[in-house]
Amino acid sequence: MNSEITGVIVMFIITVLLAIPLGKYIADVFKGEKTILDFMAPVERFVYRICDIDITKEMNWKQHMLAMLAMNMLWFVYAFVMLISQGSLFLNPDGNPSMTPDLSFNTAISFMVNCNLQHYSGESGLTYLTQLAVITFLQFVSAATGIAALIVVFNAMREKVTDQLGNFFDIFTKTITRILLPISIIIAIILAFNGSPASFEGKDTITTLQGDTVQVSRGPAAGMIAIKHLGTNGGGWFGVNSAHPLENPNYFTNMVEMIAQVLIPLAMIFALGYFLNRKRLSWIIFGVMTAGMLTFLIPTMVSEINGNPAISEMGIDQRSGSMEGKEVRFGAAASAYWSIVTTIISTGSVNSMHDSSMPVSGAMQMLGMMTNAFYGGCGVGILNYYVFIIIAVFISGLMVGRTPEFLGRKIEAREMKIASIVALLHPFLILSGTALASWTIVNHPDANWSVHPSNWLNNPGYHGFSEMLYEFTSAAANNGSGFEGLGDNNIFWNITTGLVLIFGRFLPIIGPVAIAGILARKKYIPESSGTLRTDTATFGFMTYAVIMILAALAFFPALALGPLAEYFSLYN
Amino acid sequence: MKTYILPSLKLTVVLIIICAAMYPLLIAGVAKMTPGGGDGVTISLDGKVVGFENIGQKFTDAKYFWGRPSAVDYNASGSCGSNKGPSNPDYLAVVQARIDTFMVHHPGISKSQIPAEMVTASGSGLDPNISVNAAKVQVKRVATNRSISEAILNELIVECTETAFLGLLGPEKINVLKLNIKLDQLK
Repeated sequence: MNSEITGVIVMFIITVLLAIPLGKYIADVFKGEKTILDFMAPVERFVYRICDIDITKEMNWKQHMLAMLAMNMLWFVYAFVMLISQGSLFLNPDGNPSMTPDLSFNTAISFMVNCNLQHYSGESGLTYLTQLAVITFLQFVSAATGIAALIVVFNAMREKVTDQLGNFFDIFTKTITRILLPISIIIAIILAFNGSPASFEGKDTITTLQGDTVQVSRGPAAGMIAIKHLGTNGGGWFGVNSAHPLENPNYFTNMVEMIAQVLIPLAMIFALGYFLNRKRLSWIIFGVMTAGMLTFLIPTMVSEINGNPAISEMGIDQRSGSMEGKEVRFGAAASAYWSIVTTIISTGSVNSMHDSSMPVSGAMQMLGMMTNAFYGGCGVGILNYYVFIIIAVFISGLMVGRTPEFLGRKIEAREMKIASIVALLHPFLILSGTALASWTIVNHPDANWSVHPSNWLNNPGYHGFSEMLYEFTSAAANNGSGFEGLGDNNIFWNITTGLVLIFGRFLPIIGPVAIAGILARKKYIPESSGTLRTDTATFGFMTYAVIMILAALAFFPALALGPLAEYFSLYN
Repeated sequence: MKTYILPSLKLTVVLIIICAAMYPLLIAGVAKMTPGGGDGVTISLDGKVVGFENIGQKFTDAKYFWGRPSAVDYNASGSCGSNKGPSNPDYLAVVQARIDTFMVHHPGISKSQIPAEMVTASGSGLDPNISVNAAKVQVKRVATNRSISEAILNELIVECTETAFLGLLGPEKINVLKLNIKLDQLK
């Protein structure tokens, strides 16, 4: 067990050590300074020329958001059409069928919003064509959308008073050519050399040592596994995601995938420091986010390593921890670490089945998505955190009787309204969705959908409620992991979570960008002794408290009905 | 909005070509140089492919070391965990039944010797590994059924133990398929 805990610590340290220089690099790319990948410049110029994009035309925040929405709309239509007709298109060696309209709707939205709420299994639900041309493509562009939106906010945070915040197409394209694509290539090659399949061969049929005949699914997976983590999308090639031995063959690849998913969210924190020349601020943000992660991680690791008390009672050897839904090559500790990282970071890939986690772990995984601001997804993590900063600035301003200011700009009623709406939307989506699902199960158990509501839940009692709560939490946080026992491939879940995904994606992007855009036009007031400093540990603690208190107020009753009740029934 | 649609459309087409065609083809090309050539690494015995290195197989024969319970019965055309919650009474009854079955097939061991992973389903349903203790507890059964000494099997287990990554990180484990192939080669 000691080597398992060491493994987790080493993974985290390596991630931080890589994220700092990457953050500097990202800041350099978007400040227009010299970087080692400048040889990509001619490629980018060529792309801009054939796409008629004039990158010297800067945009204000509204134009940025229009450009973003225009692209996203096209991707949705494109993905929907592809998925609904994949069965009759090429590159389908396993002969998989087309998706139903409601499943296509859900899947297209899910990947457009950088989520991976997969109500299908990759082996049988997609073809190689859609795995690449829909899923992998969206994993690149949806991650780039989040990062580009954050860069717009970075631009707005500069001291200059302006409404010209760069060109969205330019920022977006460079995110792919300078950051996502090059790093994905490196990771994909590492994975391929460790046994992840990368060729276009269809299923293989083999006779096992004992004489059984089985089939083995494969395909060009390595490239997708790389970007699914780097872009914090999380959508797996195979049904069980990174628990699958071809998707995540050994402890080393587990480390690589783990580091890959934390890398950009961490790097963006440091990029903020380098970009605005406020390194202290980025270390404070890093500190708060790490404290948030540890708050969820430590209880999870402890409960997973100690195993299931109901199984301990049966008298067997549970030294390896709670192993239901886990893989031996990763062990309980690394699985616990992954389950927290993937939920705070909105990746949503899994290397163990969260449905079988201990109750405390389940609660922590859900809290990771309910706060959704500790590291967070590519770009969107800091955008969420930015909303909480605005709220924290406002509250502490009131407490000490100073004008609330952030980075030299006054926070006024309009910004506060936007921030409050964004912060309240999240619990509203989760709780009303879960309430609707619970109501449906009770009142319409035999509704004639492809999975009857009475059969939705894979587990009885409190845990069954947790399955529904988790699903809506995951959708609202654009996370994508699930308590996968839930029978979610039917019109109710496909449509409701599809809508939750859209609201949970675009308002939390547009809100912070709007706040930043409005603030950027305001007069810059240099910091003085009267300014409430936001780069201090005190303010960091304040932000942490705001995030945790808001989450506790909104979600405690729901968590009490699900994982907490299960905890007390299991450990009495 | 209209001013953005056309450039968005063109950029989308260009990026589909880069991210969904050129990128995976590049990786597939590089993967040709890897063991297995990107098709997945297989293992052969006497010139016949008997499995994929990383994909677990079902072993029910008393002559073999057994792997973990699987929710998909080790058929790798799909993959799935049980998704059973820790307090589910039906699930706990299944675990109890697995313990009882294990005890029947392994007379002479005590319950406290059964490692948890031998009675709980893996995440993928395809877990190729078990812990060293999980192999040791099966030694007596395999030895009896193959009429070979336990000492030889214990040596084989030591030989097949894969240490923690770099000797420091993560759990020790044994690949059940590789161990069983070694077992068949003993004859």
